[in-house]
Amino acid sequence: MLYVNVLGIALIAAIVWWFWLYKPQQVASNNNQVNIVVNNGVYQPSNIKVNAGEKVNLRFDRQDAAPCAEMVIFPQLDISQELTMGTNNQLALPALEQGEYDFHCQMQMYKGKLIAK
Amino acid sequence: MMNKSSPSVKNQSFIIEGASCASCVSKIEKVLHNLQGVDAVEMNFAQRTVSIDGNVNQASIIRSIQEIGYNAKPMDSESEQDALDEKAHADEAHYRDLMRNMYIALLVGVPLMLYGLFIGDMSVDTMNQRAVWFVVGLITLAVMVKTGNHFYRGAWQSFKNHSANMDTLIALGTGTAWIYSMVVIVAPAILPEMARHVYFEASAMILGLINLGLAFEVKARGRTSEAIQRLIGLQSKTARIVKDDKEIDVSISEVQLKDVIRVRPGEKVPVDGEICEGKTTVDESMLTGEPMPVSKASGDKIVAGSINKTGSVLFKATHVGKDTTLSHIINMVKRAQNSKPSIGRLADVISGYFVPIVMILAVLSGLAWLNIGPQPSIAYAIMAVTTVLIIACPCALGLATPMSIMVGIGKAAESGILIRNGEALQTASRITTMLLDKTGTITKGTPTVTDVILFNEHKEDDIMPLIASLESGSEHPLAEAILSYAADKQYKTSQVSDFDAITGRGVRGELNGERLLFGNQALMNQFDIDVSRGAEQAQTMANEAKTPMYFARGDMLSAIVAVSDPIKSDSVDAIERLKKKGVHLVMLTGDNETTAKAVAKRVGIDNFIAQVMPQDKVNEVIKHQQNGEVVGMTGDGINDAPALAQADVGFAIGTGTDVAIESADITLMRGSLHGLVDALAISQATIRNIKQNLLGAFIYNVGGIPIAAGLLYPIFGILLNPVIAGAAMAASSLTVVSNANRLRFFKAQKS
Repeated sequence: MLYVNVLGIALIAAIVWWFWLYKPQQVASNNNQVNIVVNNGVYQPSNIKVNAGEKVNLRFDRQDAAPCAEMVIFPQLDISQELTMGTNNQLALPALEQGEYDFHCQMQMYKGKLIAK
Repeated sequence: MMNKSSPSVKNQSFIIEGASCASCVSKIEKVLHNLQGVDAVEMNFAQRTVSIDGNVNQASIIRSIQEIGYNAKPMDSESEQDALDEKAHADEAHYRDLMRNMYIALLVGVPLMLYGLFIGDMSVDTMNQRAVWFVVGLITLAVMVKTGNHFYRGAWQSFKNHSANMDTLIALGTGTAWIYSMVVIVAPAILPEMARHVYFEASAMILGLINLGLAFEVKARGRTSEAIQRLIGLQSKTARIVKDDKEIDVSISEVQLKDVIRVRPGEKVPVDGEICEGKTTVDESMLTGEPMPVSKASGDKIVAGSINKTGSVLFKATHVGKDTTLSHIINMVKRAQNSKPSIGRLADVISGYFVPIVMILAVLSGLAWLNIGPQPSIAYAIMAVTTVLIIACPCALGLATPMSIMVGIGKAAESGILIRNGEALQTASRITTMLLDKTGTITKGTPTVTDVILFNEHKEDDIMPLIASLESGSEHPLAEAILSYAADKQYKTSQVSDFDAITGRGVRGELNGERLLFGNQALMNQFDIDVSRGAEQAQTMANEAKTPMYFARGDMLSAIVAVSDPIKSDSVDAIERLKKKGVHLVMLTGDNETTAKAVAKRVGIDNFIAQVMPQDKVNEVIKHQQNGEVVGMTGDGINDAPALAQADVGFAIGTGTDVAIESADITLMRGSLHGLVDALAISQATIRNIKQNLLGAFIYNVGGIPIAAGLLYPIFGILLNPVIAGAAMAASSLTVVSNANRLRFFKAQKS
C-alpha cells in the first residue's frame, strides 16, 4: 500500500508539473503572420511569440466540427471571432504592447497564448 | 440615419475571380500595395480571397483589381450568408456523426448494462467467463475507437501541449474502466476475488451518452445565434439600379455610392439611402423594434434591411456594403455577444484550472478508497476515479455566461436595443436611479405651435407671416416650430432688415420701416413693451407645459404665440413601468421651472431639475453616483453625451446614428421610452439566466465531484455509478445551453 500511495503522490506531482509548471516551447511568428490549426482539442501552435508594437495577423484553420472549437476569444483584447470550418478565418489584431495574451474557446477547452516581445 | 460620409473602411476582404495561377497573387498584391492608404495586403490563393488592411475606398480596390484583369467581390452579406449556410451544413453533418456514434455505443452499452442488472453479474471467475469477457472487451474497444476516437486523439494532443480539457477527462475515465476490466480478464490473480468485476458497459455507455449530449448541444447552440442570423437574413442580395432610364438588377456588392435604386412594394431596401422620388411606408421593425410602418417621402432616409410596404420609390444610395446601418448593427451585436460581463470572470478562472484539479482529486479519491475503503477497495477505487473524471467536465461552467449573453444580446437586438457589451448589460440590470433628459426623450423633441393669441383686432393671416419672416433668420429650435407652422399654412415670408438675435431673449428686426420684436418677457421689458394684457394667458400656457412668446409690432403687443414640445404618446405608460421596477426617476431639462414642472407632473415624475446646462447634467450624474446609486442616463443626442459617458450606463435614445451606436453603452433604436424599460427587463432576465446557469454548472461540477468520490458512501452506502456520471456530464452542457435558449422566449411585460 505504501508503494501505491507513493505512486499516487508522484502522479499528483507529475500532473502539477506537466500542466502548470512546465513552460511549453514558444513558436516564433513569421512577420507577425501566424497560421493556427484548430483540431483535436488544441490550437497548433498554441504558444506563439510575436513582435510587440506591430499588427498581428492570425489565420485559423478550423478542422474540428466540435462546438467547442467554433469561437476564439482574446479576453484581454476584448476580441472574439466565430471560426467557420476551413482556413477562411482571418483575424487582425492591433499592435500589441509587451506582455502575454491568452486566447481560448468559449469553454476554455482550447487554449493558447500570444507572447508579445 | 448614418452620418458617415467616407466610404473608406479598414480591414476589408474580397473574393477574387479569375485568379488561376500563383503568379496572379503577386500581381494582385502589388497593385493593391500601390494604392494610397493600404497598410497591408494578404492574398489567400487557395481560397481566392484577399484581405486589405488600411484606410482605403472599396471602389478603388475593386477598380484596381479589375484594371489588371480580375474581378473582385466584397465579402459582405452574401459571403456572410454563405458562411452561415456552410456552418449550418457543418453542424448538421456533425450532428449526424454524433448521433451515429451514440447509437453504436449504446447498442453495445445498453445490453451489457441490462445483462448486469437483470441476468447475471459482471464478475470473472472461470476460464469460460474470461474468454467471453475478453471478446466483449475487444468489441468494446472497437466501439470506443469508433465512437470516441475524437476524444482520445484530442486528449493525446492536449497532453502533448501540456494542457488538459474535456477530452482528457473522457479519455481517462473510459480508458480507466476498460483497462481495469481487461486486467481483470487477463491477470485476475493479481486482484482480490471480490474485485474481479468488469466495467465495459460503463465505457460504452459513457461514450454513448456524451455523444448524445454533444449532439443535442450542437442543435441547441444553433438556435442561440438565431438573432444574428435573422439580422443577416435581412440583407438583400440584389438591388435594382436605375441608369439611363433602364432598370438593371445587380448583386448588392456592386452597388456604388450615389447609385439611384428602385425599390417596389414588398421588397427589402438593399442599401441605406435618401428617397429622391415617390412616397411609401416602410416597416423598420426588425431594426427598431417599432411595429408601426413609418411614412417616407422625398428627402427622407431609408435603411437597408427595412421592408418597403406600399409605394414604389427611387432613392440614392448613401451608404453601401459594410457602411450600412444594418452592417454596423450586425457587427456590434456580434462583438457584444462575444464579450463577457464580470459575473462570468470567476467561472472563467475556475474553468481554466479545473481539469488538472479534477485529475488530482480523482487520484486522491482513489487513494482514499484504497487506504480506508471497504473490500474490494480496488474495485471501489476504480469506480470512484472513473466517476470523478467523468462527472467533472467543466464545459457547463465555461458555457454558463457566454450562452446567456449571446441569446440575451440577440434578443435585445430584435427589439431594437443595441447593447454594446456584456458589462453594460450586467450594470443595466442593477440600475437604481435613472436620469431622463426631457426634450427628445420624454417629449417628441419637435416643438409645434399650439396657440396664437391676437391683440388689437389683428388677424392671424397678417401677424404670422411677420413672425415667420422675423424667425427665418433665427437658428433657435423654437424658430423651427414657427417656420413649420407658417409653411403648413402657406404664409409667405419677406426679407427683414436690421435683424438681431438677442441671446436668451429673442429676435428683433425691421420690415416696411416697422420694428418687430419676438421673444420672452425680458425682451419686451428691454424695449419697454407693456405685456400686462397677456400676462395671465401666458402664465396659463406655461402651466400647461407650453412656452409662450410675445410679438410686438412697433410699440404695441400684438400677439402671444405658444410653442409646445408634445409628450410622446407612450411616455406616461413607460414611466409607470419604470416606477414599478423600483427605479428612482429624475427628469433633466434646460426649460424653465414652470414648463419642467408641468411636464414632470403630466408624465408622473416627482423629481425634476430645470434650466440645466450639459455640464450640470454630468454633475447630477456624479451627485447620484456619490450617493452610492447605480445611475443610468437616457438622452437623445450630442448635448447629452458627457452625461451619457459619466453614467454607469448611458442609453442613447431613438437616433440610430453610427455615433450613438458606437459610443453609447446601450442604443435604443426606436424613440419610445418603452425601449428603455425593455432594455432593463432584458438585462435583468439575462443576468438572472446567467446566475441560474452558473448555479446549475456549480451543482454539476462542484457538487457532483464529492458525491462521485464517495462522500455519501459512509452515510448512505451510495457510490455513484460511472454511467450516471456520464449522463450527468452530457446533461450539464445541454442544461446550460437549453436554459440560455429560454431567453429567446422572453417578453417584456407592457402595462
